[in-house]
Amino acid sequence: MMDRVVFGDNQFFGVNHHSEAKAAEQLIQFQRIEAITGLLEQAYDVGLRTFMCTTHERIAEVVEHFKIESARYPEFVYYPCMPYAHKYANAVTEDGMLGALRRFVPASGFLDAAFRGVASVTRKDIEGVITLLVDAEMKMFAGATTPVIWLQNVVTDLLLGMGFDEAFRVFDEHVRKRYGAEPGFITMNLPMLAARLNGIGIDNPIICSNINKIGFRMSGGIEAYQAALERHSFRAVAMSVFASGAIPADEAISWVCEQPNIESIVFGASSRRNIVNTLDLVLKYSS
Amino acid sequence: MVTRIAVVGLGKMGLSHLSIARAIDGVDVVGLCDSASYLRSVIGKYTGTETFGDYSKMLDRQAPDGVIVATPTRLHAPMVREALERGIAVFCEKPFCLTAAQSTEMVALAEAHGLVTQVGYHNRFVGTFAEVKRLLDLRAIGDVTHGLAEAYGPVVLKHQHGTWRSSKNEGGGALYDYAAHPLNLINWYLGRPDGVGGTVLHSVFSDETDDEVSSTMLFPDRATVQLSVNWSDESVRKMTTRISLWGTSGRITADRQEIRVYLRGGAELPEGYVRGWNVRDTTELTPPVQFYLRGEEYSAQLEQFAANVEVGRLGGTNDMASALVTDQCIELLMEDNRRAGFFGLTDSPMPLEPKARRSWYRPGRSHGRGENG
Repeated sequence: MMDRVVFGDNQFFGVNHHSEAKAAEQLIQFQRIEAITGLLEQAYDVGLRTFMCTTHERIAEVVEHFKIESARYPEFVYYPCMPYAHKYANAVTEDGMLGALRRFVPASGFLDAAFRGVASVTRKDIEGVITLLVDAEMKMFAGATTPVIWLQNVVTDLLLGMGFDEAFRVFDEHVRKRYGAEPGFITMNLPMLAARLNGIGIDNPIICSNINKIGFRMSGGIEAYQAALERHSFRAVAMSVFASGAIPADEAISWVCEQPNIESIVFGASSRRNIVNTLDLVLKYSS
Repeated sequence: MVTRIAVVGLGKMGLSHLSIARAIDGVDVVGLCDSASYLRSVIGKYTGTETFGDYSKMLDRQAPDGVIVATPTRLHAPMVREALERGIAVFCEKPFCLTAAQSTEMVALAEAHGLVTQVGYHNRFVGTFAEVKRLLDLRAIGDVTHGLAEAYGPVVLKHQHGTWRSSKNEGGGALYDYAAHPLNLINWYLGRPDGVGGTVLHSVFSDETDDEVSSTMLFPDRATVQLSVNWSDESVRKMTTRISLWGTSGRITADRQEIRVYLRGGAELPEGYVRGWNVRDTTELTPPVQFYLRGEEYSAQLEQFAANVEVGRLGGTNDMASALVTDQCIELLMEDNRRAGFFGLTDSPMPLEPKARRSWYRPGRSHGRGENG
């Protein structure tokens, strides 16, 4: 069972879909790692236990901090979201496709095959690359609790569009086997992804997507999202419930709490006051 | 009706186009082409799409309605030509061709065959940037007198070499890869400049190419636009493009997320706008798309291409004729940089000799430009 409310990390890394100026301000506000860990401690103190975060290199410092402070924050857990895509995108721009692979997965059979110019790549090669990439991203969480491990939407949706379903299976198997965790999938195309995952035999997957009253970045349309939630063939996590601030908080939470079968809500905030406000609203409308 | 599309070049942009094209209604991806056999093997096996190592063979065998060209820029012209000569519509990644002469030839060829064309300047499909265009067409800020066109991002942060993006012959460099975006928006808003001045293409870390671009562009009716581009800027998370325009009745600043408009009033205000400051953001300005990958604009541009190909509608947003204007601007900037006109305190020309300022363009040698993004 996931927590009803999960704390996100966009505010820490300058991700703001509303304003680049706001994003820049937040980068300055959270430049020092103490500003990040400090807000996470406050979040914990008001009842949040789960931190859903990208595998940004700075998260390693957060993990270190809460390891040292584990006596005071014993129930603090992470939902890692991988990969931190910009790292790979920039690497491909700098070194090309093969160069980037060589940088991140130097020891894979796939890479050998690529360099030999071999025309047939086996499933084992694909498995090798995916599992090495996942393991590399998970290194920073060594010793921490990670009950759900997420595939970021850029990768999920790239694979979804391409029809590269086998990669979902490999990710699913590896996360369960190697980490004893639940695999999760973040997407901007919930109806399409839910149908696809069910279709390839991944039963009741955890899926995180934008779910908000104005249909912002809910590809396939808000009605298709609501129909998918009704069918309930997956465990839903709602993000972007405020649509980047386009919906007043009270209205946003009351609407999302009316939607069927939403297990968790993930949100980000840059002050204790905003965290408390959101928690209060979820409490108010969830009962 | 299903539009049959082929994709050539399975790099970052090619894979992204492939994913979107396969996901949108009314499109069938009938062939993929790349020179790397391992990529063809993986993609072919796991997506079930037919793959080819030979571009001509793919076009002949599959006879697609349209082809998406996402290869390094030096290959754009020959590949676009092959497709157009076969009567196949073309979506080509930006920047368009290595030289404006090549671009001109492609535009003429497409016109002669009456074919749908498009170039991947995706910013024109971003809600905020499209709103700038709409406001200018309504003359909301009156006559534009000045502009600032900026792009910053963290691409080249250390000394490097190795890919075609860092090679002048194949076309790397911030001018081609980054500056092309704000330039293309300015062309959309203000048209073709009469000339450019004070252009400096600077290297920060790259051996052969520019990492910084600055210039002044002069437009008919005396508007000027400053171009300021730097892709060695670690302070921004990802590429940030920003356009500011000053006019006789107000000003506009827009980036991907938000548009801020100050209107002096007097003239008729556009619907929904008030005198003084107006702020609107992407959540209200961006129409939804069928499938979302990296931004609505990437899907919207392919949705337009597929729809235009289906009905044979010419001249949509970003046709090759419009991309040619941007190619011409890029050439102007290179030439201006080469001439290095500069007035100093002393009469000696230029405190910065072309060599000292690490300019990479030399006349008479082949030069290229970067792909994509």
